[in-house]
Amino acid sequence: MKKLLILGAGTSGTMMANHMIKKLPKEEWSVTIVDQYKTHYYQPGFLFLPFDLYKTKDVKKKGEKFIPKGANYILEKIDKILPEENKVKLETQTVDYDILIIATGTKIAPEESEGMKEEMWHKNIFDFYTYEGSKGLRNKLREWQGGKLVVHITEMPIKCPVAPLEFAFLADSFFLNKGMRDKVDITFVTPLGGAFTKPKATEALHYLLEEKGIKEVVDFNLAEVDYKNNKIIDYAGVEVDYDLLVTVPTNLGDEMIERSGLGDDMNFVPTNKATLQSKAHENIFVIGDASNIPASKAGSVAHFEAEILEENLLRYIDGQELKEEFDGHANCFIETGHGKALLIDFNYTHEPVEGSFPFPIIGPLKLLKETRMNHMGKLAFRWIYWNMLIKGTHIPFVTAKMSEKGRNYDN
Amino acid sequence: MDNVNLNEEGYLTDFSQWSKEVAEKIAAENEISLTDKHWEVVDFLQKKHNNEEALSIRGIKKSGVINIKEFYDLFPGGPLKISTKIAGIPKPKSCI
Repeated sequence: MKKLLILGAGTSGTMMANHMIKKLPKEEWSVTIVDQYKTHYYQPGFLFLPFDLYKTKDVKKKGEKFIPKGANYILEKIDKILPEENKVKLETQTVDYDILIIATGTKIAPEESEGMKEEMWHKNIFDFYTYEGSKGLRNKLREWQGGKLVVHITEMPIKCPVAPLEFAFLADSFFLNKGMRDKVDITFVTPLGGAFTKPKATEALHYLLEEKGIKEVVDFNLAEVDYKNNKIIDYAGVEVDYDLLVTVPTNLGDEMIERSGLGDDMNFVPTNKATLQSKAHENIFVIGDASNIPASKAGSVAHFEAEILEENLLRYIDGQELKEEFDGHANCFIETGHGKALLIDFNYTHEPVEGSFPFPIIGPLKLLKETRMNHMGKLAFRWIYWNMLIKGTHIPFVTAKMSEKGRNYDN
Repeated sequence: MDNVNLNEEGYLTDFSQWSKEVAEKIAAENEISLTDKHWEVVDFLQKKHNNEEALSIRGIKKSGVINIKEFYDLFPGGPLKISTKIAGIPKPKSCI
């Protein structure tokens, strides 16, 4: 009996278990999936929870519900991978594998920044990338009387790179609806050269910041959070004052990757960006946020990767050459507040542009334009996520490789 | 600058057009004259870029080539932005 072992039962790992259990002959292959947590979180919902747009029950379910029948599900902490022995050491047992899929994701590491995770953490300094942070922020916002709200990215890369911007947009909407927008000053602070960094998106979207009265502080590389005086300070000495700091801390791969000696300096696993095979070991593949490929760390990317990884695993088992198919395709809704959203579709080589999705001209969704329909799409996505995406059901008309039809590319 | 293609922000669009002379010209436009230490950083950034690794201040911190204070001293203003421009590689970007 051969063994496929999947580490991590988040979006990517759960999808791969569902994909592979259908494809691998039962009499020849066993599929095992390991995760230390029994709850599966709908992470896109962490953006809505702080504004009371979602309830806690909308964002968490029992992980077991989504693990396919026939797969072994081990709820245990992973100690380390022993790649030379084709084994993984768990807390109480060691399991071996013929093929390993690493899907251990990325998580925030606020302790990496001086002063961030001190006594004001989750008091007036919040993240919204964890259930605890997002829920804590909701409670804070329910009673907050206003002041300086700073939405901040510590360093790139981060999971869902547009989420902080969406947070700023939704905050504008939230305070306007509460009748206290005039009491809140919103500033967006980024280590990059702007809130939008691609030329087409900047041209099409910069008006959003102006319209909503959101200030931008760019090229800000955080040296320290001065939590006693409520300010963040960058290496060049620039200071930004806050009353409420909503930060996206440094994102790192799992510490287990570091213990296994398989990661780069942020614990992400060096991976072939077109085949998803790890660079160091031919029987180890990497999917989702755990890899170092230059694609966005987002559920949609993992979804497109899963289709290509499934095919490559089958090819690898058959001794065929791997397909160099993954093009970095990402497809993201961006909430802009007031019941509207944008949709962007891009890959390694094409930046987001205007057009229609998924069908040329008729859409019905519009790329790089604020519409109500896009917002409905984002809300519908929660249903698609729980009922189709992680169960490995193909989403009609949406292809793993990006379509260039119906797009306004210059050339 | 002759014979090189730059985008609207002054970044090279084709790395094959990069040379030490081009780097020196871009540096001069940013009022920097390149020392051995600058070249070490440029070389480090190009290697990271070729390996398709994301460039960040953390990468600089862990590079062993330079510390962050020196990095700001060598490339005043936006060190990552200016140093990548001189190295002939794209400016670090988000997805939109």
